Parts: sequence; C-alpha cells; structure tokens
Amino acid sequence: MERISKSIKKKDHESKINGSALYVDDHFIDGLLCGKILHSAKAKARIAKIILPELPDGYLVVDKNDVTGINRVAIIVHDTPVYAEDTVEYVGEPILMVVGPKDTEVEKIINKIVVVYEEQIPVLDVRKSDTAFFHYNYAKGDMDKALAEADHILIETFQTGYQEQAYLETQGLIAYPQDGRMTVRGSMQCPYYVHSAVAKAIGCDGKDVQIIQDVTGGGFGGKEAFPSILACQVAVAAKKANKPVKVIFDRREDMEFTSKRHPSVSTYKVAIKNGEITGMDIDVLFNSGAYTTLSAVVLQRGLICANGVYRIENLRVAGRAVKTNTVPCGAYRGFGAPQTFFAVEIMMDHIAKEMGIDSLELKERYMVKQGDATSTSGSYHFHVPLPEMIQRIDELTDYRAKRKLYKNQIGRYRKGIGLSMFFHGCGFTGSGERDIIKAVVKIRKNADNTVEILASNADIGQGLKTTFCKIVADTLGISYGQVYIHNPDTDRVPDSGPTVASRSLMTVGGLLQRAAEKLKKEWQDGEEQVVEEHFVEPDFVIPFSLTDFSGDAYPTYSWSVNAIEVEVDTLTATTKILGAWGIFDVGVPIDMNIIVGQMEGGFLQGIGYASMEQMDYNDKGMIRNNSFSDYIIPTAVDVPNLVTEIMNNPYTHGPYGAKGAGELPLVGAAPAYVEAMENALDANLYKVPFTPEDAMEILQEVNK
Amino acid sequence: MMISFILNGQEVASAAKANERLLDILRTEFTRTGVKCGCKEGECGACSVILDGKLVNSCMVAMGYVEGSTVMTIEGYRETERFAALDRAYASVSAVQCGFCIPGMILASECILAKNPKPTEAEIRAGISGNLCRCTGYNAIVKAIGLAAKEGEGLW
Repeated sequence: MERISKSIKKKDHESKINGSALYVDDHFIDGLLCGKILHSAKAKARIAKIILPELPDGYLVVDKNDVTGINRVAIIVHDTPVYAEDTVEYVGEPILMVVGPKDTEVEKIINKIVVVYEEQIPVLDVRKSDTAFFHYNYAKGDMDKALAEADHILIETFQTGYQEQAYLETQGLIAYPQDGRMTVRGSMQCPYYVHSAVAKAIGCDGKDVQIIQDVTGGGFGGKEAFPSILACQVAVAAKKANKPVKVIFDRREDMEFTSKRHPSVSTYKVAIKNGEITGMDIDVLFNSGAYTTLSAVVLQRGLICANGVYRIENLRVAGRAVKTNTVPCGAYRGFGAPQTFFAVEIMMDHIAKEMGIDSLELKERYMVKQGDATSTSGSYHFHVPLPEMIQRIDELTDYRAKRKLYKNQIGRYRKGIGLSMFFHGCGFTGSGERDIIKAVVKIRKNADNTVEILASNADIGQGLKTTFCKIVADTLGISYGQVYIHNPDTDRVPDSGPTVASRSLMTVGGLLQRAAEKLKKEWQDGEEQVVEEHFVEPDFVIPFSLTDFSGDAYPTYSWSVNAIEVEVDTLTATTKILGAWGIFDVGVPIDMNIIVGQMEGGFLQGIGYASMEQMDYNDKGMIRNNSFSDYIIPTAVDVPNLVTEIMNNPYTHGPYGAKGAGELPLVGAAPAYVEAMENALDANLYKVPFTPEDAMEILQEVNK
Repeated sequence: MMISFILNGQEVASAAKANERLLDILRTEFTRTGVKCGCKEGECGACSVILDGKLVNSCMVAMGYVEGSTVMTIEGYRETERFAALDRAYASVSAVQCGFCIPGMILASECILAKNPKPTEAEIRAGISGNLCRCTGYNAIVKAIGLAAKEGEGLW
C-alpha cells in the first residue's frame, strides 16, 4: 500500500456521527416559509383552468407568471420549464407552488386546488416515440461487409429498467432574498450548475446569486441536475414572497418525480465467421422522459461502452435518447454505462453458448490491452489489468471450476456463477473538461499557517473533504489538521466544476496537488498567500470530436472484474446471493478505507439494480413504485458475503497516481448477476432487474 | 393536556396532539435534528430513537404513546461512554459516508450490543437490517459494530 493510501479519520466524521451536522432540513430561519409543489396528475394535457381556493393571510401561490427571468432551467439544453406553461408533459411536472408559514396548511391548500386538464394521448412506450432528443452514431471497419460475409448472425435485444438513486436524504433547498441578492442553499452536487440556473430564472446577474451546499445526504447523480430545477422554483417563490422559502420533498414525491437512471432497449446484431466475432451492429435506445436534462451526455457514455472491453474489428453503433411523457431521467452513478455494459456482457455470454465454449474463454480472446484502439478510435494509453484481475477472481472464487460444476443441475436448489469485466472512463466524456468546465481551484494560506482549499466540489459522502485535504497536506508537507475545506459557497470558491463523472478527485484533486506544489515553493511563514490553478488537458490525449465521435473519449479508464454466485430455490423462485467479489483498479487510493467504502457501496447498489430494484409506470404514466415498501433496495442481510479488493495500477497523470473511482463499482454487477442466474436456471436471460417474478416465469417455461 | 416524557434524561412536556408523530415533535419542538426524516413510513430507519430501551422508528410513534416513556436520541446518547466506543470504531473503518443514516445506525448499534455484547456478524446484520444505508454497502458498519464490541468490552 502506498503511504498516501493509509486511512485517516474523515474530516466530516465527527459532526455526522454525533448528529450535529446540519442538513438543509435542519436549518430553522426566522420567518421561514414552507413550500410545496403541485405536480401534474396527467401525463400529457393542456391546462384549461386552475381553480384556487381562497388563500389565508400569509399564503401565496407561485407559478410561471412569477418567473422574473426566463421560464426555463439552464441545464444542457434549456427546455425544462421552471413552472409548467400551457401544457404538462409528464405526471409530476411542477405546475405551481403553494407557500406559507405552516406546512399542514400549505398541504390543505394544495389539496383544494382544482386543475382542469384537457387530456391528450401520451407517448409512454419508448419504442413508439418518434421524437429523438439526441441521436449519435459512429462506426469503424466495414460492418455491412462483415454481415454479408458472416456464416452466422445473432440478433438479440436487452432491456434495463429505471434505477432510483434512493439517497437517504430527499431533495431539499432553501432560498432567501437578502440585500437585493438571492441565496439558495441545500442538498446538491454542483453549486455552479445551480448558480447559472437561478440567475437565468430570476433574471439577474450572476454576481447577485449565491449558492451554498449544505451537508448532503447522498447524491449518486440524483443531485447533479435536479437541484437546478428545484432551485429555480424555490428562488422564484422566495423572490415573490420576499421571505425565505424551504422545500423538502417527501419520499414518495422524490421517488416519483425526480430524475433516475434511463431505462434502455439495446439490440445487438453480431456477425460470426469461422468461429470468430467479426462485427457488432448495435442499436441503443434510452428513454429520456419528457425533457432533455442530461440525456445527451448519458447517451454518449452509453454508446462509447457499447462494445464493452472487447476488440471488435467492425463496429457500428447508433443510439437515440427519445422523448416519452414520463419523468425526465438524468444522472445516476455509471451514467449510461451500466445499460450498455449489461447488454454487451450478456451478448458475449450468449455468443459463447452458441460457440459451445465458456463465456470467460471467449471474453479473454477479445479483451483489449494497452495500446489497442478504443471504440471511438482513441487509445488505451495505459496498462489494462484485466488478466491479473481474472486470475485473482478465479483464486478467490474457483470460478472456472464452478462454471463446469454448475452445468446440468437438478433438484430444488441450483447454483450459478457469473462474471463481468468492464471499465469506467474517468472524467467527463470527450472534451467537456477542456472546452466547457475549465476548472479553477485556489488554496489560501492564512497567517497562522493553516491552509484552506477553495473548490466547488461537494462532499456528498464520498470523502472528498478528506481526500482533498490529504493531497494538499501531503504535498505541502504539513499536517492533515492544518488543512481544511468548508462546504462550497459560490461567493467564496472558484468554479472547479461539478461533482460528477468520477472527476473530482482525479481532475480537481490533480489541480490541488499542483496548486500545493506551487504554494510550497512560495511558502512564507506567517504570511497570507493565495495560489490558483487552471485545468490543462494532458498532452497525450487524442482530441475527441463529438461530430465524428472519434478520439479519446476519456484520458484513462478504471477497470474491474466482478463475479457473483447465487443459489436459486426453484420452488419459490427466490435467490440467495452466496457471494459477490469485485477486483477494482482505481489507480492509487488516496485513502484506502474511503475507496473500499466506495467500492462496497457501489457494488451493492449495482446488485440492487440487477436483482431487486424494480420501478415502472402504469398505463397512465404514473410511477407505481414510489416508496421503500414498493421499491426495494438492499439491506444489511441481503449480500453478507461481499468482497472487494483493490489492485494498485497508478495513473501517471492523476494526483499520487489516482484516477476515477466513484462510478466504477456499480457498472458491472448486473451482467455478473444475470450470468449467474443463467448458469443456475440454464436459460438465456435478457433483462435487469431480474427479479424472483422473472425467475418464476422462466421456471414455469421450463416445467411446461 | 401536556404529554410528559423523559427525553435524553430530562423530564419534558409537549403540547403536541396525541396523533402527531414523535419524529416531527423531536425535530421541531425540541430541535433534536440528529433524528433524520428519510421516509415517514417506517421503512428506512433514519429516524430511529430508543424508546423505553427499544429501537423504534420515531415516524411510526404517535405522541400519545410517548406519555410517561423514556426517549433517547443521538443528542443524548452521544454523551455516553458507549457512544465514544462506537464513535472510535466507526471512525477507524471510515464507516460514515453521507451520514444521513448514521444517527439511527448508531442507536441500532447500541440496541444490538445492549441485548448481546458479543454478537456474531449475522446477528449484527440482522440488528441493522431495519436501517437503510445507500452509501456504504454495510460492510464497514458491520465491521465497526464488531470492533466496538471487542474494544469496548465491559461497556455493554
């Protein structure tokens, strides 16, 4: 283990464990009003009339007419209304907000409001949508020739469902006007995203907006873009009321109406000739929901991963993110990659079955190595540790022997084991970091020789306060206690970009290391000093072009191999997970406990995605699984034997050798689990989540 | 009529209605904001408190039921030696991530150890199975409780 990896007490440990940390709902401000949103009850309708009850003194209604700036939320494409205009496009679309001193009274008023809808026919089936918000395609080699010359073509379709972030703290923000400015504070990942959105919605200069991140109870992508929307609504309300307004979502509201992972349908057409895979023709469809939010970039990442970790000579990838009249999807840990990695890994399993060999043997024949071209004709510039990961998984699980052992089982209890291999591209896709974000960090040395880190990245539980401070302290050669970082406040910190895309530690941490090196050279005891650093793209990167979909989509990749072993009770169709093993390469861990915690937590979320987290909407477009009773996430008893190991593969351009970590562990759980289920059930499977109900259907088929 | 109970060792009285939630009263009237609201449906455990020695979801407890009982929240528990042992153990394995489940998780840890000072891993897992954590995957928390049992021997 590297010296820097040795774990240390987390900066945020104390206040969180003793209950004194203040999350947004823990703030009580004088004159604070409570706000509650009236959401559309219809998936597609024109709003004919809104009938309001008489409002008691001190209560008001806020809607589109109160938006003093532009009634659009600045995300990537500015299409999400702050408050609905004449039409609503999904069940849950915010129509208005009722604001007042007592939450119970606000609730009563909401219940008395009558919205008269003129209903229209919604588009709910993703395959029937004719509105593609985004479409991309890229190719290499000659796919048509590969198909024409193939002696065998396999065509299969895979589906993945919604996944809800299920952070324990629901969405919540407070806005308050003060001295002609507007402050918004609360639960969020990206203060500067919220900053731009609020300025646009209330129609003021950026300098008149202040955004503060409060202690945040989990994000997982769910607090990337959504807080921008809520912030506009709350800020507009606070401006109208000229008082502070707080909105905290209840759990059902949060589950039904906030962004989640895009459901997908992917079709793979695989050309096989003389026992070799000669080409993959891949079509990917993501359900974007009613507005675009982050779908463009989620789709890009999904498409880049469509051929997995495999060298495929002829490749054609086309993808669309389409509009439906459902809740807008957005960022969730993995960001498009879990969908296509699931499809390609299971596709490889099925190809292997066709060829009569084990899937691992097939995957090993095609897996990439250092120097190989990526799907988008960039390069894997650095060592690819897949072979040693596979070997380690086999040592831990006896994988190869078990695959043979679990063939042709009979009896009530049947076991299965499955494996996945995958990467996560570290940082923003393409040239976003260089062209759009242009991250800036500062570190300030105080006269008492303590050092403050000034960056806009949010500690949302992933340990950023600790790892940032460790990097700066170690680089400066001062004690960890001498370095501190507060929650970001846009009045005080430069824009070092959002807390997303497994970029914060690798990219912003790298800038901090450089800033600290600079400060070290200039260090003067007892003086106040400030140093600043700006992002510079590493010079080895092959520039990425979005129009050609070519070049290095990522500077480097984090790698992993997972194995999952299950036992299915064929009488009840329930499944016990006997073990889940993950070997992860995230470069040098800046703190071993933190990295292990990220890997374990992400892996378990991935197992939830694979096996139990079922969410869908009914024929009216309403999400049916809107509570922890209906949307089941893993508890402490579900996967007791979850084992992770870290493989040290330093990244020369990351701080202390670190690269992206947060998202990787979620990406490969689904294919490993489903392959294990295929092994146990002796059937080909095509979807996640794969629930006991799905297993029951397969078992009934077999018994027919 | 006032509802009287003992909160973190002190006698208190609340003017709350009998059908109000203990969770809401603890957070607003008594500003015990270490008690977190995660779902208000008794599913997540973030609002766990110890009521007459038993771990309960305070969102599922009506104030009428609280009359004459003893309630412990993290604000009271953090003053104890047992808390200090759990605090050290959780810190040593970095078991706290976003922290929102943690006050409830600590009180669940106390209830496991109070009942059984030397729990097995399976008993620890069962003991926290009513407390959802989305960040950690639970391994670090399970390890921390086991460590606290060992290092804090004699405290429970």
